Formats: sequence, structure tokens, C-alpha cells
Amino acid sequence: MANIRLSNISKRFGNTDVLNGIDLDINDREFVTLVGPSGCGKSTLLRILAGLESADTGTVSIDDTDVTRIRPADRNLSMVFQSYALYPHLSVAQNMLTPLKLRDLSFPQRLPLIGPLLAKTEYKTLYQQIKNTAQILKIENLLDRKPGQLSGGQRQRAALGRAMVRDPLAFLMDEPLSNLDAALRVHMRSELTQLHQRLRATFVYVTHDQSEALTMSDKMAVMMKGKILQYGPPDEVYHNPQTIDVARFIGSPAINIIPGSTDETGCVSLFGKSLETHVSYPHSTLHIGLRPEHLSLSENNGNSFPGIIRHIENLGSDLFYHLETEGMSQRIVVRSSQSEGKRLPLGSLTYFKAQKNKLLIFGESGNRLTVKSQKLAEVA
Amino acid sequence: MSNFDTSQRIFRFSSSEAIKHVILIFGALIVLLPFYVMLSYSLKAPAEIMQNTGGFFGTQEPFRDDYCIKLGNAVADCMVTPWIYNYQTAFEKAPLLRYLLNGILVTFSIFFIQVVIALPCAYALAKLRFWGRETVFALVLFCLLIPVHAIALPLYIMLAKLGLTNSYAALVIPWTISVFGIFLMRQFFMTIPDDLIDAARMDGMSEYSIIWNVMLPSAIPALMAFAIFSVVAHWNDYFWPRIVITGNRDLFTPPLGLREFKGDADGDNFGPMMATAVVIVTPLLVAFALAQKRFIDGITLSGMK
Ligand SMILES: Nc1ncnc2c1ncn2[C@@H]1O[C@H](COP(=O)(O)OP(=O)(O)OP(=O)(O)O)[C@@H](O)[C@H]1O
Ligand SMILES: [Mg+2]
Repeated sequence: MANIRLSNISKRFGNTDVLNGIDLDINDREFVTLVGPSGCGKSTLLRILAGLESADTGTVSIDDTDVTRIRPADRNLSMVFQSYALYPHLSVAQNMLTPLKLRDLSFPQRLPLIGPLLAKTEYKTLYQQIKNTAQILKIENLLDRKPGQLSGGQRQRAALGRAMVRDPLAFLMDEPLSNLDAALRVHMRSELTQLHQRLRATFVYVTHDQSEALTMSDKMAVMMKGKILQYGPPDEVYHNPQTIDVARFIGSPAINIIPGSTDETGCVSLFGKSLETHVSYPHSTLHIGLRPEHLSLSENNGNSFPGIIRHIENLGSDLFYHLETEGMSQRIVVRSSQSEGKRLPLGSLTYFKAQKNKLLIFGESGNRLTVKSQKLAEVA
Repeated sequence: MSNFDTSQRIFRFSSSEAIKHVILIFGALIVLLPFYVMLSYSLKAPAEIMQNTGGFFGTQEPFRDDYCIKLGNAVADCMVTPWIYNYQTAFEKAPLLRYLLNGILVTFSIFFIQVVIALPCAYALAKLRFWGRETVFALVLFCLLIPVHAIALPLYIMLAKLGLTNSYAALVIPWTISVFGIFLMRQFFMTIPDDLIDAARMDGMSEYSIIWNVMLPSAIPALMAFAIFSVVAHWNDYFWPRIVITGNRDLFTPPLGLREFKGDADGDNFGPMMATAVVIVTPLLVAFALAQKRFIDGITLSGMK
């Protein structure tokens, strides 16, 4: 199908830089998610890729052909919009017929009334294509309805259908699930993933919901303020964030960021306790990132830190304790499984410990610092 | 019990509602009075009109048609029933059918061309980004303020120089660009989501095809509203046809037909004149009655959510 390459894309609207030199390589058949907070330029980037917006600098190429100056329709991409954007006056079948007609039929054949008479066989094959697509999406019984007579989920499918019928090189989707209710959204997530496997097409998916990005994509690009901060498989981005912003954005509940420091040898300490972990050179201030699942409640011993329970979040399978610790305005979130036994009461003092090999250490500027084991540091 | 309650609520007398209705009914009566007079006169004999007798329908007693006698016919042959006489004269003395056809041709040509021009303009002003768009829109608003009568003379001179007076073109061309239409449609297009247009672009539509295949069908309610204003205004227009159609009676529009009965040698002939007026307003009233629901949707622009 298609690989897509965006290089050095920049865009300004008036005086605001929306995109700053974006480079992105999308391989054939990959499901790539663009994720980032609202207003970071995801939609703009997708629209530039689609050709609906022109970039100030940079090039877009599909299958190694430069398409920067090519009309959206001729790029052979299809797009699913957040609002679905179905033609309100046409039935679902006619909505799906529109892109096919425009691609496959000549002008006289597209005319109403006369067209179907002129090109009977062509229309037949087109309707067959529509039926096949409708079958995949299970919307055969909705083909005669107008968009106004469909539920949100059905509209979503119809919009997908319109995007799918013409067999595009790639699918672009701009928050296609955000208008659905929570249960349907989770269901559609898995359907989209299945659809991706079935169609074996390239998907570029925009979302501000990190859980969608984590569950669905082969690769995700975390965007902030018009830049791609990190691009890689979800696991990689989750476990190995390159900057503190990525670490903060990905993960729910959010990662705990605790200020720390090093001694003159570069040994990192947290709440005044040495962690037996070294960074390459001394820092006066550091940010130490610890995901809630890498913290656990423990006995009061030499390796644990005290905290007062201020809030308990019960997610059924897990409990998240929000602890108040000395010198931190932010609460520290610790995960504990339900099976870990007794629920501690609010306001009680408890202790927690960290898995040292899971520490994410960021310098003052927010960049990730490489961690060296104590032994290596000693050798150095 | 609960049924009883709701029915009570529905039929409860509300003095503020009653006052509103009294005022509205009073207003409606004032508006309808000329129509009542028009209809009544179109049925009555000249004497009854002059003396204001005979009620709404008149007595319908046959009277003597002086013009017929002047032509040398016997008095017995010239006795006519008033309402038949009025309507017959309306159609005979003036080629009223021809005027009606002219009216239809002119109003519909005007409306058609107005739409063909206004939709692309409105689309560009509402949905395309180009340098100077706001200025152009400001100019559109400014043009809304120009009264027709102020530019009638220059327009007439231009048409005369082009040798177009006394032609259908003279009746149609000056109205083909409707700034009101552009303004109205632009306001409506603003409410159509950009995504819909982008989706059409992705599907491969050209900008013109977007206008006719996406914007136009969504804009039907607004277009209906515009149709009312445009068709009513140009169907009823007396001023402009009076200026540019000077000689050729074949080009008269219905309102000009009314002149046929004005200031004749034998005085004003109100019966046939009012009969003509009835014939002229009837198409609009019938059209309104047929499409009443759509018209009201159009005016309130509530057809789209
Ligand atoms: N046509 C435009 N004119 C001016 N500014 C624009 C335009 N389109 C987008 N912007 C600005 O560009 C920035 C990025 O917009 P964009 O729609 O790409 O954000 P996003 O990442 O998709 O956000 P969201 O998650 O809310 O959809 C925003 O600050 C927005 O205000
Ligand atoms: Mg967006």
C-alpha cells in the first residue's frame, strides 16, 4: 500500500507557530497515532498530510512521490472526521457512492437520472463494492437511511464505510471516536484495530486520548507545541520516555515526578536517601519519574519513604493511594492490587518503596538522563 | 386526574396571550382590508363601486356596457353581469395571460441567475480563505444600503446605450446580482461545518461541485427564504418595468397590466382593474399556500439544526 514521509513541515497561522519542522516516517501498513494535548497541532499536521492545508515549508511524500502540491483527491487518501461529515441530504449508500462515482465515472455518467442509464454495468459494480464494504462494517441494513436517522455509532460506521469503499492508500482519522460514549468507544477501538489488520492498510490516527494511542497503534508520535517529542512503539514510549513532558503525558494515573539531586559522584538520591543509581555527572536538581505501578506499599524499613494517605482511588482491579509526603505539594500515587489485602484508612501513615530499575531520571531541562549501575560508575 | 390537569393547563385563559392575539388580529385586519376591497370591487358593477352599495358581492344585476354600445351593438346584447364583465375585460382588454407569462419568465430568470451568482460568492465569502475577504464582505454589506431608486437612472442610461431597453434583458439583467442573496446565503453557509467541505474535497469534488452538490442541498431552507423575497419583490415590481418597458406591450409584466385601466378616456375602470389585481396576486397566494410549511421553515431558517 503506502509509506508516507513528512519532512521538515512547518506551519504558522498568523503569528502563532503551529508546527515547527516536523519529520515523520510512516511505514506501509503501520497504524500510527499522533497524540498530544489539545491545540498542539495534530489536526493541522493531518490536514497537511491530507492536502487540505498547505504547509509553509517542508514536503509530503507518499510512496516516495512528492505530493506536496497535489490536490487532496489525487493523493488517494481517505479521511474520517470527528464530526463524521456525512452528506446530510444523501442516504448512507449514496454517501458511500459519492467518492466512487467521482473516481470511476465520467462526467455524463455522474449526472443524476441519465447517468445510471448510461453506465448500468459501472453502477452495478459500484453498488457491489458498497455492499461488500457495508458487510464488513455490518451496516447493510442502514444503507437506505439518511445520516440524521442514525445513532452516533452507526454514523461512525457509515463514515468509515465512505472512507473504505474506494480502497485508499492510507486512512487518516481525526479523533473519530471522541463523539461516542465510553463503552462504544472501547468497543470501536478493538474494531478499528481488527479493521486495520484486515485491510492491511496504513492508518494515521489523531487522538488526544493517550489510552487510545497506547492500545491501538503500532507506533505513536507524541506531539507538543508543534513538535514531535518522541516517535516509537507504545511500549517504548511508555517505558522509555525521552523527555519529562512525554513521561507526564503518557500514563494514567500520571507518572509521579519527584525532585531529586545527586551528590558529587553523580549518585542520585530521593527524599534524601541514596538510590544507588548514578548518572554520568553531578546535577543539583533532577526530576525523578516513577510510575504508580513501580511504587508499592511496604514496611517501614531503610529503603521506604513515609506518606500520609489522603485519597484512595478504587478502580476495581487496583487501588491507587494518593500519599502526601514531606516537602512535596503534589501527591504521590502508589498502586496496590486489591489482593494485597487490607485497605488502609484515609489519613493513616504508611510507607512505600520504589523499584529502582524503573527509575526515569530527567535533567533540569527535562531531557532524559542515562542511568549507570553503581558498578559501572565505580569503574568509570 | 392527571389528564384533567393537563387539559386545564392547555385551555387556561391567559390575559397576556389574549392581548397579543387581539393586537395581532387587529394588525391582520388592517393588512387584509385592501385585499377585501380589491376582491369586492373585482366583483361589483361600476355604479355599485361609485356609490359604495351592494355589500361584498354586489347585487350582480346585469348592467349596460357603454363601450359595447359605442361599438354599435344593440342594448340588449350589451347587458353584462358585473363579475363576468370585470374578469372578461381584464383578460380581453389587456393580454393578461401574456403579462402573466412574462411575469413568470422574468421572475424565474431573475431568481435562477441570482442563485447561480450568489451561491459561489457566498461560498467564497463564507468558506474560502483569501486576501481581502473581509473587505469584500464589507462591500457586500455596503451595497445592501444602496436603494434601487438611487441607481435607477444610471442603470437606465447604461441599458439604453447598449440598446437593451424594451427587452427581457432590461427586465432581468439589473437584478441578477443580489447582494441580499449573497449576504443571506453567506450567513447560512457559515453554519455549515468545514469538515463537510473537507470531506467533499477528499472525495474528489471540485470547488464548484461542492457548491452545487453539497452546499446547495444543505441550503434549501435558506434558498426558500431568499426565493420568497426575490420572487415576491420582482413579481410585484412596478417601478423598474415601468422605466425600461416603454413601448412594447408584449413585454409588460403583470403590474404594468394594471395601467391599462388607469386614466382611460372613459375614466377609471375599477372593476376590471381590481380583477386584474386579483389575477396578479393569486399565483403568489397559491404558491404560498402550497409551500406554506417550507416557506415558514425557510424564513425562520429552522430547517437545519
Ligand atoms: N485556520 C486556522 N486559523 C488560525 N489558527 C488555527 C487554524 N487552525 C488551527 N489553528 C490553531 O493551530 C493550533 C493547532 O490546531 P489543531 O487543530 O491542529 O490542534 P489539535 O492538536 O488538533 O487540537 P485538538 O486536540 O483540540 O483537536 C491551535 O492553536 C489552533 O488555534
Ligand atoms: Mg484536532
